[in-house]
Amino acid sequence: MKLYNISFNNLRRRKGKMVFLISGLLIGIAVIVTLMSIIDSMSRDIEERLDRFGANIVMTPKNENLSLSYGGITVGGVNYRTVEFDESRMADIRKIKNSKNLGIVAPKILGPWKIEDKNVLLMGTDLENEILLKTWWQFSGALPEKKNNLIIGSEAAKAFHFNIGDKIELGQKEFVVSTILKPTGGAEDGIIIGDLHEIQGVLGKEGKISLVEISAFCRGCPISEMTMQIAEKFPDARVTALKQAVMAKMQSIEMIKSFSYGIAILIIFIGSLLVFVTMMGSVNERTREIGIFRAIGFRRGHVMQIILLEALLVGLVGGLLGFLIGNGLAWTAIPFVIKDGTFAGMDMSLGGVSILLAVSLSLLASLYPALKASRLDPSRALRAL
Amino acid sequence: MEKDVHLIEIVDVGKDYTSGGTTVSAVKEMNFYIDDGEFVSIMGQSGAGKSTLLAILGGLNHPTRGKVLVDTLDLYSLSSEQRADFRSEYIGFIFQSFQLVPYLTVKENVKLPMAITGIKTSKQEKAADSVLERVGLADKAGRLPDQISGGEQERVAIARAIVNEPPILLADEPTGNLDTDTAGQVVSLLEELNKDGQTIIMVTHNPELCQHTSRTIQVQDGICLVN
Repeated sequence: MKLYNISFNNLRRRKGKMVFLISGLLIGIAVIVTLMSIIDSMSRDIEERLDRFGANIVMTPKNENLSLSYGGITVGGVNYRTVEFDESRMADIRKIKNSKNLGIVAPKILGPWKIEDKNVLLMGTDLENEILLKTWWQFSGALPEKKNNLIIGSEAAKAFHFNIGDKIELGQKEFVVSTILKPTGGAEDGIIIGDLHEIQGVLGKEGKISLVEISAFCRGCPISEMTMQIAEKFPDARVTALKQAVMAKMQSIEMIKSFSYGIAILIIFIGSLLVFVTMMGSVNERTREIGIFRAIGFRRGHVMQIILLEALLVGLVGGLLGFLIGNGLAWTAIPFVIKDGTFAGMDMSLGGVSILLAVSLSLLASLYPALKASRLDPSRALRAL
Repeated sequence: MEKDVHLIEIVDVGKDYTSGGTTVSAVKEMNFYIDDGEFVSIMGQSGAGKSTLLAILGGLNHPTRGKVLVDTLDLYSLSSEQRADFRSEYIGFIFQSFQLVPYLTVKENVKLPMAITGIKTSKQEKAADSVLERVGLADKAGRLPDQISGGEQERVAIARAIVNEPPILLADEPTGNLDTDTAGQVVSLLEELNKDGQTIIMVTHNPELCQHTSRTIQVQDGICLVN
């Protein structure tokens, strides 16, 4: 017989009490884990949605001239030479160190065109990616499906009286207006957008790229490092991080995280109280036993060892089960709480923290009553018999 | 002339309790001694102070005044933890309502005092088997306390009290909760132990039980009437 046998046998043979104690811990920890997992999935989901919301890195060819436009008014500039990238080099973007943080990479060709003696800007891009990148776009008509389909900006559609289904000749090729953009207030209102390779052909710029818009996932991504990494690959490019976009994303995520942590702290506090009261009650009702132990010669330290070992075991089991059940609940709840949301998987570090928290709470909640009980005059404890 | 050395010597011992500004003396002043191998009963009515006296003798209750000498050692000059060690080594307690640990089996209850002594598990097993045999409960070693009768529980309490072979056995109304037959069996067991040299001090309010002991200390209102 060793002291730990007493603890083990108490837990083993008083199953009802043990279930009650573990349940107290388990509920507290499971609620915390469920909430944290949902918060994690929610912030991932929001982050991904935000990441899809426009580009946050723009790569343009280096140009010695400054832009001569302000507030939407362009006064015209003279480019000594037009610098463009070779399309074949675009794959290098995905070779940077932080490539896993790269989302959509959307290379574009830009060039002026004349229709009915009016200038208009043609933009060629991967239409599918462009639509994913510009989540705020709203359309009339169907999404482009064929290579010769065009998206027309709202102002351009008005200026040229384009309607859905109209056929337009650009160069020697015939294109069909499949989609008209609703006004966005942005540069796309006045342009005509088509398939990258088709427009390259129209403009006579086969294999050329004017600029690249990049959407980087910001979960733990060092956006300024990524711009440097891209700049290293493209020494002839000016790579700019759209800080406003990044900051807005980060701020939104931080706000959600702060709110979530606030709720988690509240839950931890309530869970701790539950565990504390349960453990205190459990030790307090053992005054009689402690009297017996002390009467037969157990030191205070022996009594403390028995109670704290039990608390440790209860904490371990409660923490582990709470973590598993919490993940199960989160897995079940996430599809209902987050639209199209999926469970992000078990976070082992959260598991470690949960078990540590459960054990600490259990020990802390037992420490005071155990100390009180061990200091109890044995004759008083025995009088309580 | 050389002074006699007693196993236990109670010198001017008193115990007061203060509650709500009122002080009550549970033990007013007591002086007596107990020699090695004696079977002494402490007899008195309920509230006479006999259980308080037993707790003081066992190092469980610090007296307000006086000394308790065990083998000339002043028990209350020791710290609380040293007195715990003293109880582990010198004292075996038999409580009125058995006081078995409900979630430990009969054998585990018997082994309980050895859990803190560092005795090897195999030796513990042998010692527990031996005392359970002696009290006639070898066949019930694996049962839990609520699966055996009151008389059997009392015998488990006795087995637990003697397993460490303490020099002194303190019994607080050991037959208080038992029927006459079972009480008789328990007293016989205590007599047997005493015959084997065990010093026993038994608190009781039953004069019949005193007939089985070698000496009776009568207590009334916190003082010794007859020693």
